[in-house]
Amino acid sequence: MQALALVHLAVALLAAPLLLSVINKTKAFFGGRQGPPWLQPYRELTKLLHKGVARSRSTSWVFVAGPIVSVAATALALCLVPLGVVPALVAFPGDFVLLAYLLGLARFFTVSAALDTGSAFEGMGASREVQLSALAEPGLLLAFVVLAVATQALSLTGLFARLGTDGGPALVLVFVALLVIFLSENSRIPVDDPNTHLELTMIHEVMILDHSGPDLALIHYAAALKMWLLGTLLIGVPLSPWVSDGFASLLLGVLAMFALAVLVGVIESSTARLRLTRLPQWLLAAFVLTAVALFVVMG
Amino acid sequence: MWTEFALMLLVLANLRLLGGSRLLACISTAAFQGVVLGLLPLTVASWPLDPRIVLLSLLSLLIKGWGLPVLLRKALRETSVNREIQPIVSLNLSLLFGLAVLALSGWLGSRLPLPTSASALGAPVAFFTLFTGLFLVVARRQALTQVLGYLVLENGIFLFGVLFAHSTPWIVEVGVLLDLLVGVFVMGITLFHINRAFDAIDSDRLAQLHDLAVQRPSPTEPTE
Repeated sequence: MQALALVHLAVALLAAPLLLSVINKTKAFFGGRQGPPWLQPYRELTKLLHKGVARSRSTSWVFVAGPIVSVAATALALCLVPLGVVPALVAFPGDFVLLAYLLGLARFFTVSAALDTGSAFEGMGASREVQLSALAEPGLLLAFVVLAVATQALSLTGLFARLGTDGGPALVLVFVALLVIFLSENSRIPVDDPNTHLELTMIHEVMILDHSGPDLALIHYAAALKMWLLGTLLIGVPLSPWVSDGFASLLLGVLAMFALAVLVGVIESSTARLRLTRLPQWLLAAFVLTAVALFVVMG
Repeated sequence: MWTEFALMLLVLANLRLLGGSRLLACISTAAFQGVVLGLLPLTVASWPLDPRIVLLSLLSLLIKGWGLPVLLRKALRETSVNREIQPIVSLNLSLLFGLAVLALSGWLGSRLPLPTSASALGAPVAFFTLFTGLFLVVARRQALTQVLGYLVLENGIFLFGVLFAHSTPWIVEVGVLLDLLVGVFVMGITLFHINRAFDAIDSDRLAQLHDLAVQRPSPTEPTE
């Protein structure tokens, strides 16, 4: 089973940017366009990696550390997540807390790097990012608590391995809440628009305006890895009760991941962004959904 | 299984009522709650179905799911009230209040010595619906929302009756339904009349006299 975990990790590291091109192709389909080529995210990464770095004289080591720490923390977190019943590379009781805090560490350094530039726009983006993730994090942790109570397991691997179909209604709630958190944490519509280039409305994109070359490549790659990571948690909820074979779970899981990317594309094409002041209520709704799921599970 | 699912839908409807910002959507949610409540006796009952349970289910579907929402929508249309909810407690806080009350209901449900019911979640959800209704009556400004809160409150009582009283005289249940219908009817008429009365005594309107006094009430004036 450890071999399967390694395969999953390798697939995740290689195929994560492909999720973005699936989303872009879906959006292009809805817009009646052809869209960028399938390998465009990889081309952009290699292009950026070949460029030089321009760093402002007013920045410190924090600015350099930001992208590196965020890639490292996200990749490390990826070792902790199982895909359906495919176990995680590392599993121990309470590892979901470490997962949440590794994501928190990555975010902390991205935000610090943005603040380090001293730009007013980046400070604004950093403030928004922190506000939204502070609201999304309780929902994520509570979702883990619901799954832990439902399965009586304490590691992510055990938790997804023991997930049964009898959880029924609670699992539906957890899935919807995790979808909301997935969209918010990955800065997709309706929370943030990854295509926007108006500083006043941006959240994630505004924080990385001053990064260039390999730094920017690392940030984009970390964002792709984070999408894969949160995606595995999301699709594990419906996947693991139905598929109990490791190999089938890996295969179906990767397929489901791209189906999720299509779903994100459909959501992005069919909904508008929420007003900034409405976002807390949206994330609060996710939190409330998980709380109700907890109520149902414990009831 | 189906009972649990229905109860969960009721909880979600309650939360939507607490967090929703549009009056029309809230009325639809209350109607949805009525439909779920109407179907609930069928999921609790054992086969073959008792004809009086079917009758009760049909009646509550008809009254809660169709009759009352139609009345409320009519009141909304004709009294030209503001279609946005005007909360005294903000919507986010209302949602958090909902969570706190949900926990409280769970605790209450586990402490009360109740006879066995169809589902362990039954009593907590009934309490939660009651509290939601009460909160909507207290924490919203418009008269129409207060009627809605009263409706939700009654939904909670009805849920309690369905889950616990295996052999309540069904005439009592039907009586409650009728009471409610008459109550909302009276409130609807009162609202309508208050609206008309306010039009007539509005001083701005009195200043300008016309031969043709057919004027629609303006949407800006207070209606309560």
